[in-house]
Amino acid sequence: MAQQEPQQTERSLTMSRAMVEAIAHEMREDDDVFYMGEDVADYGGIFDSTEGLLEEFGYDRIMDVPISETAYLGAAVGAAQAGMRPIAELMFVDFFGVAMDQIYNQMAKNTYMSGASVSVPMVLTTAVGGTYNDAAQHSQTLYGTFAHLPGMKVVVPSTAYDAKGLMHNAIRDDDPVVYMFHKRLMGIGWMPAPEGPKTGVPEDEYTIPFGSADVKREGSDVTVVTLGLHVHRALEAAESLTADGIDAEVIDLRTLVPLDTETVRESVSKTGRLVVVDEDYQSYGVTGEIVASVAEDGLGDLEAVERVALPDVPIPYARPMEDEVIPGVEDIETAVRNANE
Amino acid sequence: MVSGNELQEMYETMVTARHYEERLQEEYLVGKQPAFDISAGPIPGELHLAAGHEASGAGVCQHLRDDDTVTAPHRPHHIAIAKGVDLKRMTAEIFGRESGPSKGKGGHMHLFDPDVNFACSGIIAEGCPPAVGAGLAAKKQNTDSVAVAFLGEGAIDQGAFLESLNLAAVQNLPVVFVVEDNDWAISMPKDRITDVENGARRADGFDMPGTRVDADDAVAVYEAAREAIGRARDRNGPSLLEVQVHRRMGHFMGDPEAYRPAEDQEAAEQRDSIERLESELRAHGVDDETIEELRDRARERVEEAIEWATEQPEPEPDDAYEDVFVNPPSGVTDSEPSLAETGGDD
Ligand SMILES: Cc1ncc(C[n+]2csc(CCOP(=O)(O)OP(=O)(O)O)c2C)c(N)n1
Repeated sequence: MAQQEPQQTERSLTMSRAMVEAIAHEMREDDDVFYMGEDVADYGGIFDSTEGLLEEFGYDRIMDVPISETAYLGAAVGAAQAGMRPIAELMFVDFFGVAMDQIYNQMAKNTYMSGASVSVPMVLTTAVGGTYNDAAQHSQTLYGTFAHLPGMKVVVPSTAYDAKGLMHNAIRDDDPVVYMFHKRLMGIGWMPAPEGPKTGVPEDEYTIPFGSADVKREGSDVTVVTLGLHVHRALEAAESLTADGIDAEVIDLRTLVPLDTETVRESVSKTGRLVVVDEDYQSYGVTGEIVASVAEDGLGDLEAVERVALPDVPIPYARPMEDEVIPGVEDIETAVRNANE
Repeated sequence: MVSGNELQEMYETMVTARHYEERLQEEYLVGKQPAFDISAGPIPGELHLAAGHEASGAGVCQHLRDDDTVTAPHRPHHIAIAKGVDLKRMTAEIFGRESGPSKGKGGHMHLFDPDVNFACSGIIAEGCPPAVGAGLAAKKQNTDSVAVAFLGEGAIDQGAFLESLNLAAVQNLPVVFVVEDNDWAISMPKDRITDVENGARRADGFDMPGTRVDADDAVAVYEAAREAIGRARDRNGPSLLEVQVHRRMGHFMGDPEAYRPAEDQEAAEQRDSIERLESELRAHGVDDETIEELRDRARERVEEAIEWATEQPEPEPDDAYEDVFVNPPSGVTDSEPSLAETGGDD
């Protein structure tokens, strides 16, 4: 796969810093780029997605907007069609419902409905994910919901390195991109991140092309396909599975649209076993899609298939129940062992 | 005129709510210090405390009965307390215990108590349409109950609110919208997100009465709410009431409030509606001893609720799979009659 990925450097950043660095770079280069959202100016984004940008770019380009998601997400669509390159933030992905028409009937379809005579070069950034007991209206990922509806590219970084490269690409892309960052990975002071997402990040700009999954760990026995927070949980599971003599390959999808099925299929043709891990609801979602896409062309390769995802229940508040429904490292280990039996 | 008795009731409600938030703040911080970790401690997740909002909950709910519906936003405790939600069980919910009204599934932003028709939602302005629905049901069922939707001043720019005003108005429904103006929507001051300083003026666009109570004053809220709720009960249609309150504890626990000028915080603390009501009580001849009794009773109730709640068991992990439906899907096909039984074609 053609990639312009420079070597990683010594300087390491949190995922939020890396994301902000790409935004700042693009804003310096292109006056048409601006950022709109709730609490993105003085607060710097509830999840640090715009931390420090107000100081450099001022209120005109780092815009706090009313709690009117339909109006400002739709305004981003209109501004994009008028030649600007807006970035608009939906504070939690769970709030998509109040503005879904602007997202999927306007942002995602205007290009197609116009026979591509119109383009919508905007980025919709949004925080996703649970693990901190924020209950049913503030903990979802909804990866499958956005990836299901045609017309938007869907990006889910799992490391600082990817967050920066994918953000450069997202802003430069002439199509609407939904950039879903996991709260637990951002490196926010009050929500400690796991080890993995803080990585070396080159100071220079670079892009990571959409549709290029990343083999995070090579292995010969089983293919674990995942994204977001669960890349790190899968890697942890893979390490502990070596004690059982199981050598797992871990693939980070990085983008859901476009989806790099080639990398997944190649891996499965080698391992013969597929485990898909997702923090979204199981039914009609990412796990089913990945399994189906492998089965369509490589059914003969498949000796075992396992899915690890959120059961089809809203996300409960209390700790024992949230822990139960969000896939943990042990759940992944169990699934991999089952696939290897 | 408000009676001395009612003043005492409101006062007790307000000091209960204030003490409750102070105690929850303490409980919330257990396990979260020195490094604040939102997922640690006995109360994990976000917590939006309503200290400074008490006059609104007490002044409005003083006029409500159990059969009246209330929907509250993400900052619901003072309203729940004023509406008569069972304090022990509500506290158990906030601590994520099995004995909470939602068995630990809801948490502090999703409190439900059907016994007193109380519910809340964490999505801004989304409590408004269901309140309109409760008003609609009252109209269709020909009862004299009313519905009240509480929301923040940051929520009145939202479609769900404006659409609800229009629907309630055109259907002449018994609904009162109560906007709690605490000057801030997280870090966004009001003048950054709207050009209209008096939110009650939103009512003009729908030809319904709109009133703003400018001071943190429970008695003034009580008077304004009496009129609005009375109008709804008499089937004279909806109203909008905006109430000035203040935010004493940050948007959510852990909010560094770096965006907030110190003078603003100080000014907010000065405008204490509880102190104001206390003077009012004294003016009505209520003595210090009685005031102290009311305070003690409020404190005791809160302590009892927290003690009870923290003694309750946690839910089992597998409880997560229950309650998605009241009628689990497997039940549907079981009762489906065969064609032969229905006398159809065979
Ligand atoms: C639709 C939606 N957008 C954004 C949020 C995030 N959010 C939670 S509280 C809040 C501010 C609300 O301000 P206001 O209505 O004034 O109430 P306050 O918090 O001041 O009591 C925001 C933006 C949300 N919960 N729902």
